[in-house]
Amino acid sequence: MSKVEFNKETGPREVFCGLTSIVWLHRRMPDAFFLVVGSRTCAHLIQSAAGVMIFAEPRFGTAILEEKDLAGLADAHEELDRVINDLIARRPEIKTLFLVGSCPSEVIKLDLATVAEKLNKRFLGQVRFVNYSGSGIETTFTQGEDGALKALIPLMESSNDEKLLLVGTVANNVEDRFKKIFRNLGISNIESFPPRQSTELPKIGKNTKVLLTQPYLSDTVRDLKHRGCEIISAPFPLGIEGSTKWFLAAAKAFKISELKVHEIISPLINRAKLALESHKEILKGKRLFLLPESQLEISLARFLHNECEMDLIEVGTPYLNKDLMKEEINLLPDNTKIVEGQHVEKQLDRVRESNPDLVVCGMGLANPLEAEGISTKWSIEMVFSPIHGIDQAADLAGLFSKPLKRNQILTSKTLVTH
Amino acid sequence: MELTLWTYEGPPHVGAMRIASSMKDIHYVLHAPQGDTYADLLFTMIERRGQRPPVTYTTFQARDLGGDTAELVKKNIKEAVERFKPKTLLVGESCTAELIQDQPGALAKGMGFEMPIVNLELPAYSKKENWGASETFYQLTRTLLKEKVSNSEKISPLRWKEFGRRPKVNILGPSLLGFRCRDDVIEIQRILSEQGIDTNVVAPLGASPDDVVRLIDAEINICLYPEIAEASCEWLKRNFGMEYTNTIPIGIKNTIEFINEVYKKLDLPYTNKKELENKSKLPWYSKSVDSNYLTGKRVFIFGDGTHAIAAAKIAKEELGFEVVGLGTYSREMARQVRATAKDLNVEALITNNYLEVEDAMKKAAPELVLGTQMERHSAKRLGIPCSVISTPIHVQDVPARYSPQMGWEGANVIFDDWVHPLMMGLEEHLIDMFKHDFEFVDGHQSHLGHTATKTKDLINSEDKENKNRKEGIIWTESGKAELTKVPFFVRGKVKTNTEKYAILRGIPEISDETLYDAKAYFS
Repeated sequence: MSKVEFNKETGPREVFCGLTSIVWLHRRMPDAFFLVVGSRTCAHLIQSAAGVMIFAEPRFGTAILEEKDLAGLADAHEELDRVINDLIARRPEIKTLFLVGSCPSEVIKLDLATVAEKLNKRFLGQVRFVNYSGSGIETTFTQGEDGALKALIPLMESSNDEKLLLVGTVANNVEDRFKKIFRNLGISNIESFPPRQSTELPKIGKNTKVLLTQPYLSDTVRDLKHRGCEIISAPFPLGIEGSTKWFLAAAKAFKISELKVHEIISPLINRAKLALESHKEILKGKRLFLLPESQLEISLARFLHNECEMDLIEVGTPYLNKDLMKEEINLLPDNTKIVEGQHVEKQLDRVRESNPDLVVCGMGLANPLEAEGISTKWSIEMVFSPIHGIDQAADLAGLFSKPLKRNQILTSKTLVTH
Repeated sequence: MELTLWTYEGPPHVGAMRIASSMKDIHYVLHAPQGDTYADLLFTMIERRGQRPPVTYTTFQARDLGGDTAELVKKNIKEAVERFKPKTLLVGESCTAELIQDQPGALAKGMGFEMPIVNLELPAYSKKENWGASETFYQLTRTLLKEKVSNSEKISPLRWKEFGRRPKVNILGPSLLGFRCRDDVIEIQRILSEQGIDTNVVAPLGASPDDVVRLIDAEINICLYPEIAEASCEWLKRNFGMEYTNTIPIGIKNTIEFINEVYKKLDLPYTNKKELENKSKLPWYSKSVDSNYLTGKRVFIFGDGTHAIAAAKIAKEELGFEVVGLGTYSREMARQVRATAKDLNVEALITNNYLEVEDAMKKAAPELVLGTQMERHSAKRLGIPCSVISTPIHVQDVPARYSPQMGWEGANVIFDDWVHPLMMGLEEHLIDMFKHDFEFVDGHQSHLGHTATKTKDLINSEDKENKNRKEGIIWTESGKAELTKVPFFVRGKVKTNTEKYAILRGIPEISDETLYDAKAYFS
């Protein structure tokens, strides 16, 4: 392991909670509905993060707890029953209904597992119910996906067929590219989790080799291991280097020669390097500060340093699973400063002191930092854009070079803000 | 428990944030879990604010719940006070913190600070954003001024005469994330100044706690947005005798009435109405011949109480539209909206459910929708032009240019914003004249910024409601062909009416003749 500096910080945080991951999960599984059992705050959070207004009727909603629901839990269960009945009557096309716990539902100890169990019996053969928590008191942003996937594992049947299981939501076009490359490598049995249809869950067992596409799936990985799956240790498929090592690790698990891998992906690498050049020109030597939010920060830092030659000031992450991130951390330059957790005020002090060229941060902080003359990149875009794989390396770099380029065009560093 | 896919208003603590973020030298410590910081982006993204909202979130986690969350609150309050040095501290809790009952306000008051502390108790499970904003502004005003109540005589609106200076007023209610508040304030200040009236304090927008203390230097209060300021105005009236205005100066008639109300309260000489009318172009633009085509345009209105009521009055009296629907999501304003609706012979729609609003919109078959950002989306789906008149807003409702809703310039802005989405008068005549030429694309709606393809969808659509109702009814080729000749904006209405007629008469097949029979029947 390289000599990386690990720090922990606690205090006020400026991050999304796990409910936010519904925004991409519901798009991944168009036959599923996500029902948050929470407060008006939860509803407002999701609509603010997701731009809900563009949908006629979105496939997610909130059962908003009211005063009378807090008075007695029995009534709350009854009320939830009524809401769910109405919902299923209105949306008969729904095959899986996720009951998503929130901060208030966790605090009042609303037992969504029991609710789901009862509903499963009643709606047997029509709708499946699963529950997980996306609450802010337990989860940060992408950890919501971890919870949702973990909740699906008990529904997955067992099979000892040898297969490659890609775990973590990526854009559909990226997934198609990955599958094509793996097929070219000679791996024919490839499945994805989450699948594109919630009812088409892959079967798993001792010959399932799990390859993670996303770094934030600690709980899911643990449960997959319990089911006998083999977890392939690899960096994550961000950038050319990460993706190459990721393909190599998978190939090794399937006893496919390195030579074969290089043969297949070399043309892709050459093409990607060419595409990366113009971005690298802008990013090279620029100093980067990553604030914590998605757990993608370490992989992004590795890509932006190793392939785009940016200098790393600080790499924040909301949560660090050293075991899962081992391969990534090994690729980081010596003395990289990783900070797990956040004290947003102290961290912003460090941002200002270090005078970075680019800060990766949440939308709540971006404009205020821009107003101080610091260029920013919103972190939420990383989870909405197709950024994985060799073919997307230049697009990924482009997310970071664009604000810098724009800043160069506009030059002025002191804008009057309102 | 209420199933909500989208909500017009956020929780009450977001209302409190609107007050805190609007002001200077204030800090808000919010006892809240991770994730509630999403609310910051409403200010930094929608309002493009270059400063973070002055809010510290205690960020408690599940593992803190077994321990001492009260200590966590105190630690955050201490750090926030040291770092931000506010002149007044707001302390409150979001929905989850309300359940664990740490009473952060009481904790803060026991920490020995010298600055005033406002303990905000905003019930998150029964109240919403506007109420939270109103309550926060009221509690803040009360906290900062309560000591002055006993030794203060009632404020006479006429005392400026004794003081030998121009009369002074406060403008209360404008806040961030309100609708065009920034520009309304400028417009109203300009109008008052022209009439020889000075502005003492604008609050909460741009005010500091010191300014709030100075509120009682004015003679009267202008209650610009009752949703936010009425509770405070009422308290100031009760305790200091300060009168406040009731008229909202949106539209020409209301602006004139507003000026008269202010004049009457301050005992200033009556103004020349004709002269005032000429200050805006709206009356003449509305009277000019090009606007003939506006007559009787069917308009559907939904928004907060203040803006919906004002829009209804302008639509009917100043632009000659026909109001075919009026509603609000502000339950606090339901009574006033119902009264206005009654005058217009429509039934008021009071709901927080946007799908109900969309249904009502569909049924009313309007030619123009005036609503919130959500109605803009619903109208877009239905292919109806729309102008946004109320919160909730999006980034485009915070325009770079000066564009108030109130006063003379506000009336100009309203004329442009409401009329431009409609087809321009001459253009409409031409399209009607040439619509049978082969070059003409059916559904041509260049003013909507896209070529609508709704026509066929509408003709062939079989929504749930129709399916049940028109059991067994078929549109013949001649019927369908005739329907395409009906102008797109009334086509939906014509279709529904014809089917209604067919059911009534037991006609199984709708031909072109049935369409004309129905037309005659309903006219």
